[in-house]
Amino acid sequence: MPNQNDPSNLEAVLKKWSKEVEEKVKKRPERKPEFVNTSEIPINRVYTPLDLSDEDYLSEIGLPGEYPFTRGVQPTMYRGRYWTMRQYAGFASAAESNRRYRFLLDQGQTGLSVAFDLPTQIGYDSDNEMALGEVGKVGVAIDSLRDMEVLFNEIPLDKVSTSMTINSPAAILLAMYMAVAEKQGVPMEKLRGTIQNDVLKEYSSRGTYIFPPKPSMRIITEIFSFCSEKIPFWNTISISGYHIREAGSTAVQEVAFTLANGIAYVQAALDAGLDVDRFGPRLSFFFNAHLDFLEEIAKYRAARRLWANIMKERFNARNPKSMMVRFHTQTAGCTLTAQQPKNNIVRVAFQALSAVLGGTQSLHTNSMDEALCLPSEEAVQIALRTQQLIAYETGVTDTVDPLGGSYYVETLTREIYNRAKAYIEKIDEMGGAAEAIEKGYIQREIQDSAYTYQREIEKESRIVVGLNRYQTEEERPGDLLRVDPSVQKEQTRSLEELRSERDNDKVKQSLKALETAARGTENMMPFILEAVRSYATLGEICDVLRGIFGEYQQVNTLGN
Amino acid sequence: MAKRFGDDIRKQGFIGDKDMGKERKIRVLAAKPGLDGHDRGVKVVASALMDAGMEVIYTGLRQTPSQIVEAAVQEDVDVIAMSILSGAHDYLFPKVMDLLAEKGIKDILVIGGGIIPDEDIPALQASGIAAIFGPGTTTGEIIQYIQENIPV
Repeated sequence: MPNQNDPSNLEAVLKKWSKEVEEKVKKRPERKPEFVNTSEIPINRVYTPLDLSDEDYLSEIGLPGEYPFTRGVQPTMYRGRYWTMRQYAGFASAAESNRRYRFLLDQGQTGLSVAFDLPTQIGYDSDNEMALGEVGKVGVAIDSLRDMEVLFNEIPLDKVSTSMTINSPAAILLAMYMAVAEKQGVPMEKLRGTIQNDVLKEYSSRGTYIFPPKPSMRIITEIFSFCSEKIPFWNTISISGYHIREAGSTAVQEVAFTLANGIAYVQAALDAGLDVDRFGPRLSFFFNAHLDFLEEIAKYRAARRLWANIMKERFNARNPKSMMVRFHTQTAGCTLTAQQPKNNIVRVAFQALSAVLGGTQSLHTNSMDEALCLPSEEAVQIALRTQQLIAYETGVTDTVDPLGGSYYVETLTREIYNRAKAYIEKIDEMGGAAEAIEKGYIQREIQDSAYTYQREIEKESRIVVGLNRYQTEEERPGDLLRVDPSVQKEQTRSLEELRSERDNDKVKQSLKALETAARGTENMMPFILEAVRSYATLGEICDVLRGIFGEYQQVNTLGN
Repeated sequence: MAKRFGDDIRKQGFIGDKDMGKERKIRVLAAKPGLDGHDRGVKVVASALMDAGMEVIYTGLRQTPSQIVEAAVQEDVDVIAMSILSGAHDYLFPKVMDLLAEKGIKDILVIGGGIIPDEDIPALQASGIAAIFGPGTTTGEIIQYIQENIPV
């Protein structure tokens, strides 16, 4: 009698089965002649132990909390504690946003995530001409420490962790946060949170750059260095694939371009003389949760393994914490439809579940109305409840990496790992991520994928429920959340007030000192902190730096 | 060398010969007014318009209304297609229309897209924006709209 577990036996059985199925398929074809996912990975009819027959379990997959962390960065994962439920929020004024944060905390949210408006993200005060029409629209307007004090009013900074989506002016907003903590009497080592601080993806995907790459990389490494001494538990960067995916990339490209950016930051820090095991443990990541449920789960697992390999083998990290991909996830905004918006609740639920099955450390679930407007309070509540349902009701949190060992998920994990690695090798050959962006390579890869995706929708080879199939006549919901247009006026008025009340000599001195540091080689962070304490505005501080570093001009990748 | 926005557009060489002796191609300025960095949509639309045989000049990010109007005049375009997802359309779109009117320009078809609430559309149309295309619009619909509505 042949041994059931003998692979050669399985091979024979599978061959026979495949032949029989092929015959049946000839008569009754499958839905498509070929199954291929958006990363162009061909999908087989079925996966078996044969697909993993050359797998070295311990070196490729291993155990949770152990290198290469494929199964997760902690040994107990959600048996220990759930992920941080962190809804990205902020709009209009600091006072308005403060109310939303306190509402979310009351609803059981466990961390804050601050959305800043575009003028803040690009380093303009609310009264700047470039800010016209944008103040308070996509986030909260912060002009000075005074606004930041209002934003965190009655929120004890030693009790919450705060993520701030801020990149080019990250140093300034972090300094403001530290200054608020000082005023609350919270010691720096009690501060927990994250600044995004990932400028490379701003050039390629998100667009809120200010300075050219070289001074930007200097600012980033100075933040790494400053934080490792002053606020040791702060995540100094959130290396973000989220926006790369939103801009249209595939899952493989998301992993590849994110980790390539990560390599550039690590290299810059090493070149500045920092110790990899000093700053490495504070690097964090941010991924997208898109539609292809199992591919997404495999993506997070592949990213963990690939980064662990890179940190250990390429950068000789010794501390396992330096090798861990700790990441935040947000569900994919680009998959939300304005048509039949309630369907988005279901999309978000599946996407959130993939992030949890992929081992995320924190999660934002999008609100159903975000293809129409800023999320209403009711929509945000359902989005948060979706996370709570997954945590408390589905049971998926009771064992670590429940899909580990699935023939398909493990095969996909390996496939994404290999394909992302090949991309990174190509980017290395170009001289690294910054060079690849300067050549327009990464932007072109992303925009080509975005165009392909859109054409698939229009050819209906990709079905979007409610959009190109199962459409209904519907009335668009009214009563959308709007930002009060008086925010700009109010910010302008309070800026005038601030400029007349503060000690302007002190402001001038602190900005002068910052200018000297920026022209030289000193770490700029302490000078930025001093300028912030003197109530210099965000725009004033950025103007000093713009004067020295200049402004970035985007590469044009459209056309020939 | 990579081409950069801010370089002289004419040197970038992605505009074909204007007079091929035959009928002129439709010329479109694809523009991103304001500070919004979401350019997936505008790039997809620009690529589709190019595939449909139109000549497209893309401004890149962070254009002020006056920069857009200036580029439209300089490039002698038939269409301005603007995209905003930041909510600043209520200020920036009408501003572009005001500046066009100031220059006495009436023969450019101006369209917009992005995350724009239905209830904002009447005011934008009153300012002179011919059509607003929201999420879920196909590039085919935009191409057809331009072909049918372009001023002759």
